[in-house]
Amino acid sequence: MVQINLPKNSEVQKGNYYEDKTGSKNIRTVNVYRWDPSSGENPREDTYEVDMNNCPSKVLDILNKIKNEIDPSLAYRRSCAHGVCGSCAMNMDGKNGLACTKPHSEIEGDINIYPLPHLKVKKDLIGDLSGLYKQYESIEPWLKTNTKVETTEIIQSKKDRKKLDGAYECIMCACCSTSCPSYWWNGDKFLGPAVLLQAYRWIVDSRDDERKERLKKVADELKLYRCHTIMNCTNACPKGLNPAKAIAELKKMLATS
Amino acid sequence: MSVYKIIDHEYDVIVLGAGGSGLRAAVGLSEAGLKTACISKVFPTRSHTSAAQGGISAALGNMGEDDWRWHMYDTVKGADWLGDQDSIEYLCKEAPKAVIELEKYGVPFSRTDDGKIYQRPFGGMTKDYGNGIAQRTCAAADRTGHAILHTLYGQALKHNTEFFIEYFALDLLMKDGECKGLIAWNLNDGTIHRFRAHSTIIATGGYGKVYYSATSAHTCTGDGNAMVLRAGLPLQDMEFVQFHPTGIYGHGTLISEGVRGEGGYLVNSKGERFMERYAPKAKDLASRDVVSRSMSIEINEGRGVGKEQDHVHLHLSHLDKNIIESRLPGITEAARLFANVDVTREPIPVVPTVHYNMGGIPTNYKTEVLTVNGSEKTVPGLMAVGEAACVSVHGANRLGSNSLIDLVVFGKAAAMRAAELVKPGTTHENIGESETERCLERFDKLRNSNGEKSTAELRLSMQKTMQSKCAVFRTEKTLKEGADEIRKTYDDMSSISVKDKSLIFNTDLVETLEFDNLIRQAITTVDSAYNRKESRGAHAREDFPKRDDEKFMQHTIAWCNGKDTKIGYRPVTKKTLTNEVQYFPPQERVY
Repeated sequence: MVQINLPKNSEVQKGNYYEDKTGSKNIRTVNVYRWDPSSGENPREDTYEVDMNNCPSKVLDILNKIKNEIDPSLAYRRSCAHGVCGSCAMNMDGKNGLACTKPHSEIEGDINIYPLPHLKVKKDLIGDLSGLYKQYESIEPWLKTNTKVETTEIIQSKKDRKKLDGAYECIMCACCSTSCPSYWWNGDKFLGPAVLLQAYRWIVDSRDDERKERLKKVADELKLYRCHTIMNCTNACPKGLNPAKAIAELKKMLATS
Repeated sequence: MSVYKIIDHEYDVIVLGAGGSGLRAAVGLSEAGLKTACISKVFPTRSHTSAAQGGISAALGNMGEDDWRWHMYDTVKGADWLGDQDSIEYLCKEAPKAVIELEKYGVPFSRTDDGKIYQRPFGGMTKDYGNGIAQRTCAAADRTGHAILHTLYGQALKHNTEFFIEYFALDLLMKDGECKGLIAWNLNDGTIHRFRAHSTIIATGGYGKVYYSATSAHTCTGDGNAMVLRAGLPLQDMEFVQFHPTGIYGHGTLISEGVRGEGGYLVNSKGERFMERYAPKAKDLASRDVVSRSMSIEINEGRGVGKEQDHVHLHLSHLDKNIIESRLPGITEAARLFANVDVTREPIPVVPTVHYNMGGIPTNYKTEVLTVNGSEKTVPGLMAVGEAACVSVHGANRLGSNSLIDLVVFGKAAAMRAAELVKPGTTHENIGESETERCLERFDKLRNSNGEKSTAELRLSMQKTMQSKCAVFRTEKTLKEGADEIRKTYDDMSSISVKDKSLIFNTDLVETLEFDNLIRQAITTVDSAYNRKESRGAHAREDFPKRDDEKFMQHTIAWCNGKDTKIGYRPVTKKTLTNEVQYFPPQERVY
């Protein structure tokens, strides 16, 4: 059996333990991945005892409580706090999701919080998404139309508009792509579910005149066909979207074109 | 400050902020061939434009007759006559073109049966100068802001805009009253960057986070506004803070006005549709300040719902399930997640929640920043757009769906004006090091502060003060107390502590710098409110319940140096831009 070990400087070590100071009887233990690039030290897992009596319902509320009341040095991204900006994507209890919409009551026992998997970590829970953003750019996410009409909108039937439902709502949080084993191994070449869902969004837009060229561009052994329908993506999407289906549709379009 | 390595950049124009207005400006600048940098503390699609739900207003007339002049009248009236009518004319006249342009960019608008952009009714939007309800608000389901933001980011990519992402801006570089660029801190690697530009466009959004309960994102800290204050320039109409009638009780998440546009309504503990009493014609679709005040009165008079009787109910379960599913899917999800409510069966508990800042950086309709120094003048090299700016099209109260249109119309206007003013490739004059030194001294002092008070503690104290002393209803007494309390919190900054001393993604320091930005705006807001002794739009003084056009049909102009403010006034523009429409003189404002 092959033994795969992490490099010595990547091994997660036992970190600091922050005991509760409020005297609360309603405590949850929260383990958080920490890594400070400026320290030269290994990553560690810090443990916080958090008073749940004055904590609202989501995992982000726990993180805010830790940052505000226990340890201000904890770094994570957050912004809108209601599931539309996609900033606070992370791995909670082994599953990717948005901290601002994930109820902590759904997690039993200790709450383990890690960055999105298989990304370079910038600090603590902040992952490096620049690779994914580059790939997003590569699918040219803008409307390409030859219409000459300037003063009115391009007509689109309700039926055609409906094809965009389930695709345009993507918030680019990367929960799907970073839960995909194919993306873990080939993230530099495989576009991954988030970006393929966006490629699909422009391909099925009835107003776009470059459907064929767009399809041709993604029809690549690595860019598209590294998807092996594992379905982790659909399982992970915090917005209830189905990137796996969009990818299957792309494959179908290519098979029948 | 030799400890910090400074990296210099030279651009024709820089845009600070990558939300709707910043991106629209950046697209226009790139199109015009200007070397442009767009700097943002978050990745563009994380900006708070993404949270806008209901729609974007424009008199397209897809759902019945419409006219931009009717839109203009509604906006003037919504603004309670504090808006500048030249700017409002520009906004409403340009709006249809701007929405058509967005559609061509690829925004997935909802559609009518004949395939045109779907438009819904919204608060204060009427036909024929107040005679009947208009359907003017163009919608992409209830995710219009998200759809627009992502589309604009795509356009910026198409035009190869240069982005500097996760850079936190510290201060403007000023020389002899002119703006020469800005200084920012790169969170990714901890370096300090000095951006030189002939024109700097501030698009940093609002400062909702001065309040405890707001629909605003954690990142809505008005950083650009504070940079302007520190540069010795004034902010305008800061007392006008919009409370959105329907924030989810206890959490603050926005529930779109589109819910009422589609037929939802508010109910008190007696099961009464109380808005019929306050606004007999428009009812639940009166403008936001009116609805929020009515709700507060219902609650104050003991007709609120819930254990504490401190909120009201928003009903939509009577609506057709297909309409809820196709037009309001986002709020259905939000109500389930944050209120544990199935909207097809139960009402949503809602309460007026801080939502939008009408006030901000004063500009003319070309988006050039204004100051008053003896007389009124523009600040060379500085422009502002979006919620950060006070153009002023929203005056004392913004109408729903007028903010998204503000972003794209004035974002584009800024690009056009900069293209007129800046010749591509013009060389940058030397400005010396003193501004950079002063900026880094503040940065370094905060970074190395070792007091006993945490940033979170001070921020909470500021937010609680603002929430209780500068809310929907205000009086001389509450505002005086607010002004004193907020200054105590300001003084406590001398004993602030920043635990993390590193430079890479030091979010402890980011939050401290943001707090430093917020508290200046809090002080400016309370003092502006204290000095406006009348009630107008969102500013409701119980001790001065009437509008006073003689004394106060003027913009407040406030400077803030530390905790000291200086308050002045400048006239509201009473002229229209062209002869295509006549000035709308003040009337009594009833809905």
